[in-house]
Amino acid sequence: MLSILDFIWVLIIGLIVLAFIAVSAMFLIWWERKVSAHIQSRLGPMRVGWHGVLQSVADTIKLLLKENIIPAGADKMIWWLAPFFAVVPPVMAFVVIPFGKNLIVKDLNVGILYIMAISSVCVLGIFMAGWGSNNKYSLLGGMRSAAQIISYELPLILSMIIVSMQANSLSMQKIVAAQSGHWNILHPNMMLAFIVYIISATAEVNRVPFDIPEAESELVAGFHTEYSGMKFAMFFIGEYTNLFLISAIATTLFFGGWLGPILPPVIWFLIKTYGIVSILMWVRWTFPRLRVDQLMGFAWKVLTPVSFFNLAITGWLLLK
Amino acid sequence: MRPDEISVVIKARFPQVKEEAGTNGIIVPKESLLEVAQYLKNPPLVFDNLHCITAVDRKEKMELVYILYSIRERHGVTLKVYLTLEDLNVASLSAIWKSANWLEREVYDLFGIIFSDHPDLRRILNPYDWKGYPLRKDYSNPELIAKPRL
Amino acid sequence: MDTTRTKDIYTEEFLINMGPQHPSTHGVLSLELKLDGEIIRECTPHIGYLHRSMEKIAENRTYTQFIPFTDRIDYVASMNNNLGYVMAVEKLLNLEVSERAKYIRVIVAELNRIASHLIAVGTFAQDLGAFATPLFYCFREREKIIDIFDQICGNRLTYNYIRIGGVQFDLPRGIDEKIKEFVNYMRPKVDDYDNLLTYNTIFLARSKNIGVLPKDLAINYSVTGPSLRASGVKWDLRKDEPYLVYNKFEFDIPVGENGDSWDRYKIRIEEIRQSLRIVEQAIDALPGGEPTVKVGRIHKPAPSEAYFRTENPRGELGFYIVSDGSMYPYRLKIRAPSFSNLAVLPELVKGVKVADIVCVLGSFDVLMGEIDR
Repeated sequence: MLSILDFIWVLIIGLIVLAFIAVSAMFLIWWERKVSAHIQSRLGPMRVGWHGVLQSVADTIKLLLKENIIPAGADKMIWWLAPFFAVVPPVMAFVVIPFGKNLIVKDLNVGILYIMAISSVCVLGIFMAGWGSNNKYSLLGGMRSAAQIISYELPLILSMIIVSMQANSLSMQKIVAAQSGHWNILHPNMMLAFIVYIISATAEVNRVPFDIPEAESELVAGFHTEYSGMKFAMFFIGEYTNLFLISAIATTLFFGGWLGPILPPVIWFLIKTYGIVSILMWVRWTFPRLRVDQLMGFAWKVLTPVSFFNLAITGWLLLK
Repeated sequence: MRPDEISVVIKARFPQVKEEAGTNGIIVPKESLLEVAQYLKNPPLVFDNLHCITAVDRKEKMELVYILYSIRERHGVTLKVYLTLEDLNVASLSAIWKSANWLEREVYDLFGIIFSDHPDLRRILNPYDWKGYPLRKDYSNPELIAKPRL
Repeated sequence: MDTTRTKDIYTEEFLINMGPQHPSTHGVLSLELKLDGEIIRECTPHIGYLHRSMEKIAENRTYTQFIPFTDRIDYVASMNNNLGYVMAVEKLLNLEVSERAKYIRVIVAELNRIASHLIAVGTFAQDLGAFATPLFYCFREREKIIDIFDQICGNRLTYNYIRIGGVQFDLPRGIDEKIKEFVNYMRPKVDDYDNLLTYNTIFLARSKNIGVLPKDLAINYSVTGPSLRASGVKWDLRKDEPYLVYNKFEFDIPVGENGDSWDRYKIRIEEIRQSLRIVEQAIDALPGGEPTVKVGRIHKPAPSEAYFRTENPRGELGFYIVSDGSMYPYRLKIRAPSFSNLAVLPELVKGVKVADIVCVLGSFDVLMGEIDR
């Protein structure tokens, strides 16, 4: 039963988180362009605003003004719905991310289960885009993506389960609280779980080295070839929101969430999350991409057995 | 081997070939082209690299030029086949050297010489439905081609 | 269309057209692929989108007027094309150039070889997915070479510098320090590329054992250049049929073992190192004298023919010129290396996945300007 006060509190925090997500996605796009530019020994956006900070705003305005082209022969309803399936699930998953001691929209006591369930819906968006575009390249991209995301679900979930076993709870706030002595990453089996998690999560959000679905040099633009204007922007924003989401989850599960001395908890959370985001960006601009069968081989033959092994070890350690 | 030694070897086996005056080319009659080519590929000459096939439009006849090199023996030879304008076909060498496949397609596209037994003789550089053979001398239209100032 | 019916699943082959406009076909090349899921069953290349009929144009231009056209055959390595054509004409005219001209020609040809291989390496890495970072580094290095060329002859891409009888201008003052500086700058950068790409696990997994070209098939298809050397054949015109002054320099010819895409890429990196050695030796040994023999602008060679082949960054470039005594060539044939290199592609990609065809095509480093002329 929800009292009126609780309801208003949830509403306010929810709106703040939504606003934060919107600003954060735009900020991340600018941040990615700057990081990539400096890695490639050039400057990146410099003109719009101080060092190009307002570049994302300019890009959004441009995309809003573009013509809405529907490809001939496209399956209209599916094609139109696909971008929503790319943006809405990551935003929904932000309900259980703890930004600070009480800054969480709703601390569900099945937080991790909720996140796993919601993030599995993302693949639907990609697949719908691939099918609905009536384009062979998009279809190839969509099918590859479905295979990839489903394969990497298993190691992802297993590594998250290891953390919840250690903390004896599925709720995100309780997991953070269980790390108040020392962060989870310092245990060796947690370190292994973190490595498995970060690899699987990169594959889940289609970032290099796992960006086969949108492999630019092979399939023109993969599953979002036929999208222009605001629909394309929604895929783009969805990707960056997803990136922030997995980094936030990694911070919460492995690096102690908002715990830290002196500075307010929100600042600690943001520092840790953006640190992981920057490392993921660094990886993106350094490595080439894997081929589809090598990707699947890696997921099923390496990551899944390692996660099961880790699960067994963690169970044995907890029972001791 | 030097060019004159090569032509001596070839002439010993095929008396119908002639040397061309002025160049190092060996004129091969059209009918024996396939045999000569097969002989050239085998030892002792081992011409394993068909480097270039081209044609020259000599107005009354067509001259087909084959340039072969050998990587093992480090020598080269030029074969020439003269074709009359009424009888513009010759055997294809694509069974012996696979590089002949595209090179002969280019000669067909630009000159109209038909290579019999070619696996896939169609145009390669011009669009597939082009009419005419561009590099023949009678294809040019003097009014259209403006020679630039010297 | 090949359809197979198993008990419950109905599959058929999928015809997809890669190109002519495609981010990784290196120009306007159209590949018609028959796919079975991700596996390629058949591949048919269609070329001719960039056919500019250079050979027909040559029959109406004097020998000197045709030199700018040769720049545009292989627009990435223009100096080498100029060199090939001019040496064929000089063979026809029986013309000897001065020593200084030979050394200058070697220097600019080798610098252009480095620039061309940088593009090959950068675009190959980009096709494999290392999006933009190696490409930007390669282009940063290439800017330095193009700056040097800008000072020598005033152009950045199509140089028109090597002329019949020598070169167009003498080298400007101070250029040898710049070239030495460049050589010293470039050496650690090539090691950088090795660290970044060559032994990277993902890069190896993507390119090792992909598109293996056996030795006999390569020779039969008349593949030349780094692709031939990667298959294990030690054949380089600079050592085996030396022209200009290459026989005075010490350099090695890198040879690969397997003939796969990784070998072809690695050979290009090694060739950059060897070209740096040649440039260094040539700059140190540059003789004085006149860079050009005085010949007129109009040449009327005696009726004869000549064929000359040089080692282009992509293979062996040959020019076959027939003259009939007038000031226009009677027939000019350009034997382009990428033309024969591309012909072997359909045989190599049977049974590989779509992602690999991009890798194989990129490793052959074809250039459509050469193929279509």
